[in-house]
Amino acid sequence: MNITQSLKLALKSIIGNKMRSFLTMLGVIIGIASVITLVSVVQGFSDDMVSSFDSMGTNNITVSLSGRGGNMNIKPEEMLTIADENRDLFSSATPNVTIMGATVKYGSNNISSSVYGGNEEYAKIKDYAVANGRFISYIDTVNRNYVCVIGTYVANELFGTGDPIGKMLKINGSAYTVVGILEEEGDSTETSTDNMVIIPYSVASRLARNARISSYTFVATAAEKIEPAKAVIEEFLYDVFEDEDAYNVSNLSQLVDTIEDLMGTLALVLAGIAAISLLVGGIGIMNIMLVSVTERTREIGIRKAIGGKRRDILSQFVIEAIITSGIGGVIGIIVGAILSTILAKLLGVSGTVSVSAVILSFSVSVLIGILFGYFPAAKAAKLNPIDALRHD
Amino acid sequence: MIELLDVYKIYDEGENEVRALDGISFRISEGEFVAIVGKSGSGKSTCMNIIGALDVPTRGTYRLNGTDVSELSDNELAVIRNKTLGFVFQQYNLISKSNIYENVELPLIYQGIPAQKRKEMVISSLDRVGLADRLHHMPNQLSGGQQQRVSIARALAANPPVILADEPTGALDSKTGKDVMKFLMKLNEEGKTIILITHDNGIAECAKRIIRLHDGKIISDQPNVPKLENLQ
Repeated sequence: MNITQSLKLALKSIIGNKMRSFLTMLGVIIGIASVITLVSVVQGFSDDMVSSFDSMGTNNITVSLSGRGGNMNIKPEEMLTIADENRDLFSSATPNVTIMGATVKYGSNNISSSVYGGNEEYAKIKDYAVANGRFISYIDTVNRNYVCVIGTYVANELFGTGDPIGKMLKINGSAYTVVGILEEEGDSTETSTDNMVIIPYSVASRLARNARISSYTFVATAAEKIEPAKAVIEEFLYDVFEDEDAYNVSNLSQLVDTIEDLMGTLALVLAGIAAISLLVGGIGIMNIMLVSVTERTREIGIRKAIGGKRRDILSQFVIEAIITSGIGGVIGIIVGAILSTILAKLLGVSGTVSVSAVILSFSVSVLIGILFGYFPAAKAAKLNPIDALRHD
Repeated sequence: MIELLDVYKIYDEGENEVRALDGISFRISEGEFVAIVGKSGSGKSTCMNIIGALDVPTRGTYRLNGTDVSELSDNELAVIRNKTLGFVFQQYNLISKSNIYENVELPLIYQGIPAQKRKEMVISSLDRVGLADRLHHMPNQLSGGQQQRVSIARALAANPPVILADEPTGALDSKTGKDVMKFLMKLNEEGKTIILITHDNGIAECAKRIIRLHDGKIISDQPNVPKLENLQ
């Protein structure tokens, strides 16, 4: 008997036993679909966490100066030269000035908004993008130009549908020309980051009535440059103040360590979930295969009695197992992909179907299906046909 | 063509051994119609399993067409069951999820006969038992007598010289039982060697020779004049 005949016999048997074939497939489908769904959703959750931490700026170094005895004798330009002189360590730097609750007015409209002072690199460091117009320029900071870039909330509230660019608004009584509008960051409400005005730091320190700026953000060129970069800043500041308590240089690297720990735990949890799902699915497949072959011992006896050789019977059963497990596997992948997409949407995470989960679960489930289709059948095919025939 | 020489079949060898066959010898030539009769436990089923190459003797020699069957491998036994012997069982032993056509076709598939030839053989075989119009019925859609006829058609499909029938009427009412016996007698007239295993003396009377077994031994082996009348 050749392989085509075995294939035909196997197909006939699968079609002839729809319920049993379906149950076998169901074991494989559940095993694969659950692994794919769980892994994809947890993976999506973990990816989201990583990317949200990335956007928090893990390479940023924050410097805050308290000065010695109220003396903060250091100019913003001097601070920025640290970055300029060490371009291998720093990709950018900006002073930070924050004025909360400033009154911003245009015509008869006025709102309360947060005003931030920075330089031309401020937008890049804070991950803001300009939707319209331009950002603060180097010239603006040097010349102390009264220009501003506004968030979408400010634009909507003060200018309505009109174009704000080129218009003059007033912040705490001084007039500023709007040169740009930021892209929407939040949901354009009063409490979101869209309620914001950015002006040159040199102008901002005047607005804050404080000639000295106490906060700076430096960005290291890479994660491994964070420590040397901090050392350079600290050395510079110690030369100025000769007191370690007069300044504080910190960054998020401790947070990064925590995140990495967390991700490691999450990966372990993921592996555990996958292992348990595969185990449960595998036991299901095993049971159905064992039951179905035991149930078919009598059929094996009949086949042997009328001249079926052991390999004829085995090849039929193995092909049956391959086909049912394989079809079940493909359905399982489809069901898993659909389920993980739906679940990811419901949970609000990015649900990318994990290719490794697909490969792992498919190969394990199908392998279990074939092995447990093969072994009991091999056992039954070895039986004396008479014993197999008497089997009830 | 069938020759048993001092055949023993012993289960649980040792203190509690059961001698299902206790040294039996006989010879069956081509074209005979032999009934092997005995009560349950007499060893007749064991005898049929050995003749049918379904089981091997513990001791002794079984020759089929001159070949010593007790020395054959599993695969060689399968070939003998396939080509030389046709089985008719008490419980029909049809594959319930396959239709009539597929059941009869199965021994031919195992023999490796090409599809077109197979189809002719299946149909001619089913035609002989008068069921050529039921090809696509499932076994459970047929009566017991019809199912037994399907199993006879399956036994005949590969055209084996020997038909082994194990209580072929056991599950049938007397009328259909009679029909089955008449059919076996007709096959014998056409030249098939028929070996019938039964506990029923009336059924055994259809054969041309009766071998009686008791406790694994042959107690008589006599020619018989076939009589259908004694069938109940």
